[in-house]
Amino acid sequence: MATLQSLDIRRRSASNEAPPQIRQNAMEVAKLIDVSKCIGCKACQAACLEWNDLKQEIGYTDGTYNNPTDLTPASWTVMRFTEYEHGDDLEWLIRKDGCMHCDDPGCLKACPAPGAIVQYTNGIVDFVSENCIGCGYCVKGCPFNVPRISKVDRKAYKCTLCSDRVSVGQAPACAKACPTQAIYFGSKQDMIVHAEHRITDLKSRGFKNAGLYNPPGVGGTHVMYVLHHADKPSLYAGLPDDPKISPMVGLWKGILKPISLAAIAFAGVFGFLHYITKGPNEVSEADQRKGDELAGGKHS
Amino acid sequence: MSENNVVSRYTTAARINHWITAVSLILLALSGMALFHPSLYFLTNLFGGGQMTRAVHPWIGVVLFFSFLGLFFRFFTLNLWNRDDTVWMKNLGAVINDREEGLPELGKYNAGQKLVFWGQSILILLLFGSGLVLWDVYFEAFTSIDQKRLSAVVHALCAIGAILIWIVHVYAAIWVKGTLRAMTRGSVTRGWSWKHHRKWFRQEVGKP
Ligand code: HEM
Ligand code: SF4
Ligand code: SF4
Repeated sequence: MATLQSLDIRRRSASNEAPPQIRQNAMEVAKLIDVSKCIGCKACQAACLEWNDLKQEIGYTDGTYNNPTDLTPASWTVMRFTEYEHGDDLEWLIRKDGCMHCDDPGCLKACPAPGAIVQYTNGIVDFVSENCIGCGYCVKGCPFNVPRISKVDRKAYKCTLCSDRVSVGQAPACAKACPTQAIYFGSKQDMIVHAEHRITDLKSRGFKNAGLYNPPGVGGTHVMYVLHHADKPSLYAGLPDDPKISPMVGLWKGILKPISLAAIAFAGVFGFLHYITKGPNEVSEADQRKGDELAGGKHS
Repeated sequence: MSENNVVSRYTTAARINHWITAVSLILLALSGMALFHPSLYFLTNLFGGGQMTRAVHPWIGVVLFFSFLGLFFRFFTLNLWNRDDTVWMKNLGAVINDREEGLPELGKYNAGQKLVFWGQSILILLLFGSGLVLWDVYFEAFTSIDQKRLSAVVHALCAIGAILIWIVHVYAAIWVKGTLRAMTRGSVTRGWSWKHHRKWFRQEVGKP
């Protein structure tokens, strides 16, 4: 497994420098969350707080099982419960929400601070908090509404996919803690193969739309779901059906940057050339005389 | 040249108002550009690092907004468009070649100056509005993520527009000799007034 030192950085926010290319054998990792096996016990939530040494402030209950009700700077994963009624059937859909570790991460694209977000060659997207300036651009870049800015230190936080554990060959804390083994971790390839077995099994039990959630709009993700209703991801507490980096963000972080700098440079160069070719616009002696006459004939 | 050989153009209060606006616009452009393009991130050093730049930029924006509001109410009646301005714009080619002879006599501002005035008025309003939407520290809860995305694009576009207008504005002041003293000393020479703003000059002379 990769050691996640500087050799293993594939992308770095707001940086023009080319990343190191010498290591060729990087293995892409993935976490596979089998929603059909999840019982909503929140062991993963507890394990995440425990391993990362975080403390979620005690909040309030909104009358559902969602607790806390949303991702927070300390809660990098939360279970989202949906009661899906169709016909006279009721299904309890429980999705473990958190960073999807997009292959084309919108957060990283939007971030203006060099090195505040990195993507390792194994696919993990990590926030490097010492470089974070707290602007919140990652929130605008993310198609999954994942990063949260702390009100205390104005830094962005989200799931690290336990990059520290992964770098020493361990699985993420949540995968370790899950009592039903609804969370698998391994190479992305293995996870896709494993998902296929699960999907075949689900289909044989009547979930004819079972499938893998690995959305191509963001280049695929390094956190994938097995869904019983893969045709309707939004059933699962608003999981985006076809997530993409917003075209607005594409414009803002793409074409606008070079065009703007070019326009400013052009204006500067045009002014300079105008000055050296036309020379300054000066008041002639005749103008001065006429001005004096108008003002009452006094010459200066 | 003694003081009675010049024409008074700006009061001290107007000049102070202008310089507060000028300084805050430059600081905003520097701190904003630092976050706009990775190649310009080094500009954050001028403001004490990335976090400070992020924190301080919107506050300078508030200063700019209110200071510009002052300029707006001081000068907007003098910047209303008239027929002579249209003629002047049609002869822009002659103007930039310093051949203004045949053009109508001008009041206190020419069409170019008026366009700078109205352009900045609109852009600063848009910058202030979109800037508040982006100001997560205080206003995060009031808008959706999609509205914030739109605001980021609007803010960046308007910022570039304002910077381009600023370049034209400053260049004009450098190119047309004798202009800068209007902002440094509040007065201009009679020759300058005759050449560039004759109608205004006649009015000033006619005043009791
Ligand atoms: C008028 C009030 C203004 C307010 C309230 C405001 C606020 C903001 C905020 C909140 C941000 C996000 C980064 C941060 O938190 O510091 C920002 C970014 C920026 N601002 Fe402003 N701003 C204002 C005016 C201006 C002006 C006049 C300019 C330029 C002449 C400007 C240029 C920029 C640029 C270039 C960015 C970076 C945008 C990007 O990353 O695409 N701003 N502004
Ligand atoms: S809040 Fe931090 S991580 Fe997010 S975009 Fe800004 S600097 Fe980058
Ligand atoms: S889900 Fe959001 S925060 Fe996570 S990698 Fe993708 S864009 Fe970044």
